[in-house]
Amino acid sequence: MDFVLPVLIGVLVACSIYLMLSRNLVRVVLGLSLLSNAVNLIIFTSGRLTRAIPPLVAEGGTLPPEGYANPLPQALVLTAIVIGFGLLAFALVLTYRAYQELGTVDTTAMRHAEPQFDEPYDDLSEARAMRHAAERGNV
Amino acid sequence: MAGEQIAETGAVKAVRWAAVAVPATLAVWFLSMIPAVESAPIRVAWDWVPTMGVDLAFRVDGLGLLFALLITVIGTFIFLFSASYMKGYPASGRFTFILLAFMLSMLGVVTADNLILIFIFWELTSITSFLLIGTDFKNPEGRRAATQALVVTGGGGLALMAGMILLGEAAGTYSLTAILEAGSIAGHELYGGILVLVLIGAFTKSAQFPFHFWLPQAMAAPTPVSAYLHSATMVKAGVFLLARLHPVLSGTPEWEVTLTLFGGVTAVMASVVALRQTDLKKMLAYTTVMGLGTITLFLAGSGEAAVMAAVTFILVHALYKSALFMVAGTVDHEAYARDINRLGGLARAMPFTAAAAALAALSMGGLPPFIGFIGKELIYEGALEATFAAPFVIIMALAANAMMLGVGLILALDPFWLNRDRRPHLGHHGTVHEAPPSMWAGPVLLSLVGLGLGLFPGAASKWLIGPVTAAVYGEPVPVSLSLWHGINAPLMLSLLTFALGAVVFWMRNPIRRGVAGVLWAMPGSADDVYDAFLRGIHAMGRGFMRAFQNGSLVGYMWTLLAFTAAVLWATLIGTGALANVPMPSQLPDLFLYEWAVVGLIGAGSIVAVLAASRLLAIIALSGVGSGIALLYVFFGAPDVATTQLMVETLLVVLLALILLRLPGFRVTEKGWRRSGLLDGTLSVALGVAITVILMGVTAGTLDMVIPDFYAQRSVIDAHGRNIVNVILVDFRALDTMGEVTVIALAGLAAYALIKLRSDGDHDKIASAPVTAPEKNRETV
Repeated sequence: MDFVLPVLIGVLVACSIYLMLSRNLVRVVLGLSLLSNAVNLIIFTSGRLTRAIPPLVAEGGTLPPEGYANPLPQALVLTAIVIGFGLLAFALVLTYRAYQELGTVDTTAMRHAEPQFDEPYDDLSEARAMRHAAERGNV
Repeated sequence: MAGEQIAETGAVKAVRWAAVAVPATLAVWFLSMIPAVESAPIRVAWDWVPTMGVDLAFRVDGLGLLFALLITVIGTFIFLFSASYMKGYPASGRFTFILLAFMLSMLGVVTADNLILIFIFWELTSITSFLLIGTDFKNPEGRRAATQALVVTGGGGLALMAGMILLGEAAGTYSLTAILEAGSIAGHELYGGILVLVLIGAFTKSAQFPFHFWLPQAMAAPTPVSAYLHSATMVKAGVFLLARLHPVLSGTPEWEVTLTLFGGVTAVMASVVALRQTDLKKMLAYTTVMGLGTITLFLAGSGEAAVMAAVTFILVHALYKSALFMVAGTVDHEAYARDINRLGGLARAMPFTAAAAALAALSMGGLPPFIGFIGKELIYEGALEATFAAPFVIIMALAANAMMLGVGLILALDPFWLNRDRRPHLGHHGTVHEAPPSMWAGPVLLSLVGLGLGLFPGAASKWLIGPVTAAVYGEPVPVSLSLWHGINAPLMLSLLTFALGAVVFWMRNPIRRGVAGVLWAMPGSADDVYDAFLRGIHAMGRGFMRAFQNGSLVGYMWTLLAFTAAVLWATLIGTGALANVPMPSQLPDLFLYEWAVVGLIGAGSIVAVLAASRLLAIIALSGVGSGIALLYVFFGAPDVATTQLMVETLLVVLLALILLRLPGFRVTEKGWRRSGLLDGTLSVALGVAITVILMGVTAGTLDMVIPDFYAQRSVIDAHGRNIVNVILVDFRALDTMGEVTVIALAGLAAYALIKLRSDGDHDKIASAPVTAPEKNRETV
């Protein structure tokens, strides 16, 4: 497994980044879901892979069997899966509500917090804003 | 006087009057130090930050004592003046406290014995000055003046801090006493940097050209502040510093040329502009700039005469200038005007003020037998001895002194003795009264001190000028001031000054018009440069914001990810780590079903990217998630696999619920990307970087100390056989607690998002589709 999982993770990362670079919020959320899976796998792989010996202690003993899988990344990944789900669920609801309120899932159209032309000190940009508005027939 | 009149409580009034006791007490204390300081500096020190060489160390030598006396004696009269002047001013209690805070900071500057300590007190004076100029903060002009003073002096303060640190490093100590004992550092390689930085600090504080413009603007402050900070004390901090470090930094051509040029230009420029002013306070402000320029000019030299001239002029200037400022304030207070073109004939109504103005102006003009005359003679003596550009220095000094006499005559005569016809238009319905004694006592006494020191120059030289000159010069200097030196070159220059000064006074109106015309024709002032500088900073801020906070989510993603990719690849290539990544030589021995799962995950993620329908994307994603769950099973992580499966199932439900209510890809995705090629390149660059890093990481050795600890203690300490579970709910239980909280909050926030709507026009979802996920892994 010395390169299969790293390559697989690379594919996952590349796909998720590509999805997240879209202006469509739905795609961004899908990308986020892939990315969280990829990161979990990175943590898991960094802890080294051990086939089929889970970190369990048999009844009567005090130590796990020889060659047991590394329990630490497992604990971390477990936590990360759940947190990732929480984040994703929230992002989904946020996307949905944004669509309800704004009527679009295009992030370039979501400019209420950071309007495009709000620089009254700058004549140039003001002129540009006026022109922009005129082109859209608002002036 | 600005600000609305308000009824004041007895407490505020009491504060204003009681405050006088503080400088008075301190003045007595410092006066009592005079005999001791004459022989050796007084020093006290406490540890503060010993590891950094910063001590709470204080030192009173001749120079420090002169300034401490100016600060406390003039301060006493200022507080007395202010107690009456500030009556009815809003928040005069706060004003009084800030003024006291300023006084203590200023005393700190002149008595601190540690470079860092000097800087701290220096900054405190800048801050208190800012607050005092902005006393009338409802006035936009006052706010602008306050900000401007803070920007200029604070900016200079930064340079000073750097200079002090360099000086401390060059000298190997931050103790002023030790640095002064070690003497000049002119040979050190850091000398040039130290000089430039310290001079920027001193020139901004002492309003030297081209940083002079903030001082006249600062006249927006109430008159006690102008009289105290902006003529007698704070603006002198710059020249104080030059005098303080004179033994350490002077004596080089760089020092001499820089100070001569800046001081000379400042002095003449300011005295010309002073003649153009008609506002008493503005006129005084420019003469203050002129005085500071003169002091700088003479601190340039290293000769005894030059140093003595500078030191004497510091004293002379502080005495007459604070008196004149208080006179201007009194006139403003009583006659409701301070424009020279409106004032006239006030001598009869305000005899004490008129007398104080006359005495102070005569000292300012340098007429005998005032201390100002001695100061002027010393200036000429120093100018004649100047080693660099002596003719320039003499002409500068002559021009500045002549114009100073002209301004002095204007101030003493115009408002009080001339233009009697204007008198009926002044004050309250033409009635002007003398101010209360608390207001004229200071000007009268201070100008009498100027007269007394002139009449008894022996005392002045023994107790004040002698020790100060010694401190600045670096070693004791025989000082004997006297009014009559015989017929010599300085006396001739003085007579020439009187003649020129009289001409300036006589021609004051044409000169004023002429200067105004010249200034009008100038393309811009230093004040305009300051505005342009601020505009530039704003423009730069806007530029950065437009570039980095452009409101485009895709832009943010690009910035962050491209930067990350650049850093990762730069590190991989730069450190040579890329070459050390082991390259696979053969196919790994995976079982067939493992290959199948890996293929499922890879294919699923690619399908998720290419899918044109939401449903297909959801299915692809769930394939990826389930495949990963299988990987967890293969590699000994059954708990993780269970959780992954459950979460994946929930997620598919959620995605299906919500995505199908959103617009489909087919319609919207076309043209929704800047460039598929660029996006793809960035994605692949990041993906490959992660692959390479991960291959490098897994090829190295792994420290198993922590996992082994958990494995060995799991049964013994926590009585649990599932080590992963034990880590989560026992060893790291608090972390898990935090995590559960996060999930609960996410659920709550999602619920709130759905419940709290801005309006009810939109479609409603029947109920929140998202809830906090069930308790997950305590059960697995």
